[in-house]
Amino acid sequence: MIELKNVCKSFRVSKRGAGFGNAVKALFRREYETVEALRDVSFTIGDGEIVGYIGPNGAGKSSTIKIMSGILTPDGGECVINGRVPWRDRVAHVREIGVVFGQRSQLWWDVPVIDSFELIRDIYKVGASEYGKTLDELTERLSLSEILKTPTRQLSLGQRMRCEIAASLIHGPKILFLDEPTIGLDAVSKLAVRDFIRDIHREHGTTVILTTHDMRDIEALTERVILIGKGRILMDGPLDTFFENISVRVDGGDGGLDEMVAALYEELEI
Amino acid sequence: MKKYLSFFRIRFIAGLQYRAAAWAGVATQFAWGFLSIFMFRAFYETDPGAFPMEFSQLSGYIWLQQAFLGMFMAWFFDNGILESIESGSIAYELCRPTSIYAMWFVKNAAVRLSRTVLRCVPILVVAAFLPPPYGIPLPAGVVPFFLFLLSMILGMCVLTAFSMLIYVSAFYTVSSIGIRTLAVSAAEFFSGAIIPIPFFPDGMRTVLNLLPFASVQSTPFLIYVGHIPTAEAFAAIALQAFWIVALTSVGVLWMRRSLRRVVVQGG
Repeated sequence: MIELKNVCKSFRVSKRGAGFGNAVKALFRREYETVEALRDVSFTIGDGEIVGYIGPNGAGKSSTIKIMSGILTPDGGECVINGRVPWRDRVAHVREIGVVFGQRSQLWWDVPVIDSFELIRDIYKVGASEYGKTLDELTERLSLSEILKTPTRQLSLGQRMRCEIAASLIHGPKILFLDEPTIGLDAVSKLAVRDFIRDIHREHGTTVILTTHDMRDIEALTERVILIGKGRILMDGPLDTFFENISVRVDGGDGGLDEMVAALYEELEI
Repeated sequence: MKKYLSFFRIRFIAGLQYRAAAWAGVATQFAWGFLSIFMFRAFYETDPGAFPMEFSQLSGYIWLQQAFLGMFMAWFFDNGILESIESGSIAYELCRPTSIYAMWFVKNAAVRLSRTVLRCVPILVVAAFLPPPYGIPLPAGVVPFFLFLLSMILGMCVLTAFSMLIYVSAFYTVSSIGIRTLAVSAAEFFSGAIIPIPFFPDGMRTVLNLLPFASVQSTPFLIYVGHIPTAEAFAAIALQAFWIVALTSVGVLWMRRSLRRVVVQGG
């Protein structure tokens, strides 16, 4: 059970005009601007749900994920996940969650993938038999057998992402946060990742929260979508219902989903 | 505990992989060791009375310094850690059920040890066979030898605890180069890495001996060569222990404070 109530977070961003003159000025007087990344974010996600979390760049998706995974401390509001406040009880909380940041890597760069997995096994104190079982399952589902012995640096992005997702599931988390897991992947890898997420969700009842810019991911995986824009939750429900109130109609068609979402963002002025 | 051992192992193994670097290091250390010894010999010949220790003790000090450079080099920082702070991949480390402080401490110690293991043996062996007073003398006795070993480990912990403060400071700056340069210069100079502490003027030496920097390499090496007699060695080792406790406490508290306000930038 994930409960967010009125969560707020603002960042201070330094600003200066272009050019040498402004750079010198900034040495003496910095100008800061407060950016409100999250204002009053509230939602509840039940156990075993799979939820898409969408919104334009800079809407606050990653900040929300970071708060829910215990990395960021919000300025205000409440966040309780399985009875714990993530940032207060970080170590106990992270034991039950798995996180994939599509733009970062958790694997050790210059050792074979399997060494990283074993390190993760030790960090989470996963028992030998349980680890063997999970590893077999992950290896088969994500076709990792060929690449487990390869150092991370020599993997392609698609191979690496499959390993990243596997790495986040070694300790059998109850909740899985996926922050842009399909970013930069080719069609084959994307489909493989999607299928895998769906299977894991179905078979283990893992709660999945997924952020992505690829609406096909959302369409294929999620029944419920939360839309965030400029730090506020704007819509929450099945994706189809989002388009009901849009005045601008876009012709559907195969490539139309992106256009529809773009129109939605425009309509909402985010 | 096991997870920290695993961190230690993976970092230790990774450190052992750079053999070419180790050989290059050994060659540099020999050259540096000989240069220092010849330089001090010139001073010694001018006025042996002005020398605070025997020449053979000084040679021992210099060779130990060269052999265990990997352990006591103040300028070494784990780029992985600094990069994880600067680039934000620390996000993943924060998602682990581990104490970040303990994890980084262990990683650092592992790198230092793995570097030393590869490099110390050839230097120690060659230096042991150099004609006196240019080589490493035998230890002053059995007790001093064990005190030396203990003091070495403690010295490494003092230094690692000190570097941890630099890592934490990186949370507050976009680039840590400035603080690093400043801290490293001070640490090098005050720890006796450039000129052994006994060579400093009296007043200054008294102060230096109490600073954490003296507890890094100076204490173990001076115990080995017998410049710190056994009776005083216990006090010196107690001081080392004090600095470990003090520096790690500050580091742990400071890190806890800064993690609360950490901002992982970028999407």
